[in-house]
Amino acid sequence: MTSETLRPPPPASPGAPAEATVPAPRAPRRRRTWRQSLRRDWQLYSLAVLPLLFFLVFRYLPMIGNVIAFRRFKPGGSIFGEYWVGLRYFRMFLTDPTFWDVFTNTLVLGTLTLLFCFPLPIVLALLLNEVRARRLRRFVQSVSYLPHFLSIVIVAAMVMQLTSVDGTINQVVQATGGEAVPFLQRAEWFRTIYVSSEVWQTVGWGTILYLAALTTVDDDLYEAARIDGANRWRQTWHVTLPGIRPTMVTLLILNIGNFMAVGFEKILLLYNPLTYPTADVLSTYLFRMGFGSSNFSYAAAIGLFEAVIGLTLVLTANLIARRTVGTSLW
Amino acid sequence: MTVDATDTATGSGLPAPARPRGIRPSRGYRVFQACNAIVLTVVVVVTLYPFVNVVARSLSDERYIIGGQVNLVPLGFNLDTYRLVLNDSLFWTNYRNTLFYTVVATAISIVLTTCYAYVLSKKNLRGRTALVGIAVFTMFFTGGLIPNYVLVTSLGMKNTVWAIAVPNAINVFNLLVMKAFFESLPTDLEEAAAVDGLNTYGILLRIVLPLSKAIVATMVLFYAVAFWNSWFAAFLYMDQQELWPVTVYLRNLIAGATGAENVGVIAEADEVQADATIRAVTIVLTTLPILLVYPFVQRYFVRGVMLGAVKG
Repeated sequence: MTSETLRPPPPASPGAPAEATVPAPRAPRRRRTWRQSLRRDWQLYSLAVLPLLFFLVFRYLPMIGNVIAFRRFKPGGSIFGEYWVGLRYFRMFLTDPTFWDVFTNTLVLGTLTLLFCFPLPIVLALLLNEVRARRLRRFVQSVSYLPHFLSIVIVAAMVMQLTSVDGTINQVVQATGGEAVPFLQRAEWFRTIYVSSEVWQTVGWGTILYLAALTTVDDDLYEAARIDGANRWRQTWHVTLPGIRPTMVTLLILNIGNFMAVGFEKILLLYNPLTYPTADVLSTYLFRMGFGSSNFSYAAAIGLFEAVIGLTLVLTANLIARRTVGTSLW
Repeated sequence: MTVDATDTATGSGLPAPARPRGIRPSRGYRVFQACNAIVLTVVVVVTLYPFVNVVARSLSDERYIIGGQVNLVPLGFNLDTYRLVLNDSLFWTNYRNTLFYTVVATAISIVLTTCYAYVLSKKNLRGRTALVGIAVFTMFFTGGLIPNYVLVTSLGMKNTVWAIAVPNAINVFNLLVMKAFFESLPTDLEEAAAVDGLNTYGILLRIVLPLSKAIVATMVLFYAVAFWNSWFAAFLYMDQQELWPVTVYLRNLIAGATGAENVGVIAEADEVQADATIRAVTIVLTTLPILLVYPFVQRYFVRGVMLGAVKG
């Protein structure tokens, strides 16, 4: 009954010329006025009231609440601040050397995350796809999803155990004749630890959509490629990868959307003053400014800056994707 | 030939200019299969090792852990630390809180998500595009931490379950998954029910929801796991330790290790049993419920994600 929609739609066959989209036959519909719609569908609209209220109060009101970035804010006072101070807080952070450090860290960690966490699921999905034994494949998949279900706190705790002085990694280091290193106290190790744990937690889960997309690649194309004399590797390169390109692009755009907000919670759990030089990012810095120094307006200004950059990145990535590959979120 | 097999196994480099070969699996391909098996074995081992390691630590004697000897097998096997943690009343209080928050928050989320997804699935509804846009836009732009905090505190939600449940009530990704599902249902049933005089609420409750048990169950899982695992909202809004969920309990245990400021009081047991085992035990106890239900529920998760992909 619904099996048809449970399967992802087959992607447009790669390499085929873009067909003129055939407009779906649509019954001519009279545009009803709002009044008629309301009278007819008021019960449907009434169902949307509570969810809409949620979005307006807990999503859009805070966006408006960002005006405190331009206003003097007193805790306990109005949630929209007391009086206008213009761009004072923005000037403040733009001239704050710490801000530029955390901004750099954000870019570095964001880039590293993108470089590793985006392609690795694709590689793993391709490898899983080559496994002929179904049972084995199911097993590897199930195991690789597991970390996704753990709380960030548990992941952080595990990372601490593994990297502690008496942890596994240091046991290996000592076995090979090295000195035990307190990894989480060393700024130069933080990026490695962060990115590795991120990969550990996300790579398996990330394969799901790719594996789904891989099943939709047309067998005839492989057949044709084989007849043209392509070996397995070339088949992968010329048939499989173009086949899952739409999925790749979609997930890339979504990944870019998270670029600025790099693992705030995880960093908050793993970092400490010793690792601030590499671990402190915009979101954690504004967290400390807001809740440590009670400087809400200043923190809000940084938050707004971060959110605007994030939005710009998504819009840009989407636009580029639409222009170049023709796949985009909207 | 072996060269390009390893190339393939690592998935890097450019396509090797190999000679066209026959249809039969070549020697190179067999080598690749072997390498592939090795790579996947490594993936499985690396994924599972931290779990095994934590369990081994939790059952070991403190001395062996400090000595850095515990890996896969517990040394100096004992259950003392388990007894210690399980006798900590705060641990149980926090565990109960987690359960309570998860149930309440999931219930709110399911109701709101179902209602909105159902409305959005009605293709001819006037203003539908705007309603979808309102939700989707929040995926890419949020108010940010500070305004949210100010809002929640000024609504008087601090130290209540609402601080955890309400601000995160609707997850837009889940909403879109559910919308896709509702759109896939045949409309004639609903039309027939409408002709028979059922109103919209009746149709939703009596016709649509009974047909949507699978998706509702999936959504319950999605939300429940997210709330069960969440810690930050509680960390931000709960300033009494009796109100913490167990994730915050664990967070405060490990905070000592990073040198972060300790918010709460860790069980006095610390003098008796050193931290390392206590941490390991707490990790095991907080992970256990997830591990126990995981084998039974993971396929629903995968199905749910696939459904979300339908929207393209």
